[in-house]
Amino acid sequence: MMRRFLLSVGGGARDYVESIGFSFRTLATMLGLSPGLLRRPRLLVEQLHVIGNYSLLIIILSGLFVGMVLGLQGYYTLNKYGASESLGLLVALGLTRELGPVITALLFAGRAGTSLTAEIGLMKAGEQLSAMEMMAVNPIQRVLAPRFWAGVISVPLLTAMFSAVGILGGYLIGVGLIGVDEGAFWSQMQGGVDVWKDIFNGFVKSVVFGIAITYIALYQGYEAQPTPEDVSGATTRTVVISSLMIWWLDFMLTALMFSK
Amino acid sequence: MDFPRGKVVAVMGGSGSGKTTVLRLIGGQISPQKGAVSVEDQIVHKLSTKDLYLLRRKMGMLFQHGALFTDLTVYENVAFPLREHTDLPEELIRDLVLIKLNAVGLRNAAKLKPGEISGGMARRVALARSIALDPQLIMYDEPFAGLDPISMGVTANLIRNLNDALGSTTILVSHDVKESFQIADYVYFLSQGKIVAHGTPADMMVSTDPYVKQFVHAESDGPVPFHYPGKSLAEDLGLGARK
Repeated sequence: MMRRFLLSVGGGARDYVESIGFSFRTLATMLGLSPGLLRRPRLLVEQLHVIGNYSLLIIILSGLFVGMVLGLQGYYTLNKYGASESLGLLVALGLTRELGPVITALLFAGRAGTSLTAEIGLMKAGEQLSAMEMMAVNPIQRVLAPRFWAGVISVPLLTAMFSAVGILGGYLIGVGLIGVDEGAFWSQMQGGVDVWKDIFNGFVKSVVFGIAITYIALYQGYEAQPTPEDVSGATTRTVVISSLMIWWLDFMLTALMFSK
Repeated sequence: MDFPRGKVVAVMGGSGSGKTTVLRLIGGQISPQKGAVSVEDQIVHKLSTKDLYLLRRKMGMLFQHGALFTDLTVYENVAFPLREHTDLPEELIRDLVLIKLNAVGLRNAAKLKPGEISGGMARRVALARSIALDPQLIMYDEPFAGLDPISMGVTANLIRNLNDALGSTTILVSHDVKESFQIADYVYFLSQGKIVAHGTPADMMVSTDPYVKQFVHAESDGPVPFHYPGKSLAEDLGLGARK
């Protein structure tokens, strides 16, 4: 009984370590094969269009509403302390430091990450990846690498769009609807937002999130068993693991970047 | 098992007998637990990834279910290996693709996506793709499955003619006795991962080996059971002799 329990725990631990090792080896192989993309930039551009462009609408709409809500909530709180002119600063800091990178990453995981996992998983189920291997074309280089880099490039760009549109949403509510002074809104923002400390750190976060989500999505699809149940399970795992990873990375990065 | 250059060798056997595994071993997709697979004097499972990919450039494989790239058109599927492995100008690629598609009767379906064609047509496109680079070793996994009788005859002739024209080696994994015997030079019969008989199609037709006889003449009685091994129906239904 005890022996069986120990064997099962040991076997599970060994499988887990093996799968972590395999995922890092696949990542290293993909990074090693990535320079090949320079010879065929068309593959990357295609994926940028599919992964980045098709995520734009949900990012812009979400950014607008998040900015509007931030404008409303921010105004109610700041007004209590007679600091409603700082609304622009609050909206901008909230978006560039935290909400922009984190919400964009979560939306990206739901919109593009799931689609990447399902696509790769179904390609595997349809023997398309095996066919590619038999045609002497490495699927890691031909299929995974362009999607990975497209994700890594897209997430920071989408984050910038999210934050920019969010600020516009905050402006529409704060200045347009509530009547906060327009000059104060923009000048407080200009004076209080630091390019390196706030915008650049937000950019770094978005790059790290982009790497994590895209690789998790690709790996889940690549490792899925070629069955409908496992492809669907892999899609779910992409969202769950990516979301938890985003929160964990956000905490770690925030602690590193903004601690005195 | 030997697959001599210039010959069409059929590998036959019931479901689960290991036919597709033989192809996967030759292609280096899996490694043997015992023994070795040698292609052009190179031990496949001992090759580095780079050398394995170089060897695969000389191979073509038709997958059991076609394995077409669903995001590409029929034309782009056939052009795929040409674009990946050659620097041919687009005009020449176009001509080559249309010639290959014409050979399988689907030149006019070039612009369709795999989702817009039937399963049989998809297999013919996959056939055109597997021969796009005129490989030295062509492996067909069930090339006749799902084809109508006309396409089946045309495909069988195409496999034979292509082999003779290119001087390549063809490994044909199939259940279809009539078409396979018509074009094969030699036949291996597998059962449970082992070679149970081999010889020319003519030898096999008159063979008295119970396995070959059952398979070639589609007999229900013989060494290959129809039912998966296990308990009998009577036992499962509780109809066994009462104690």
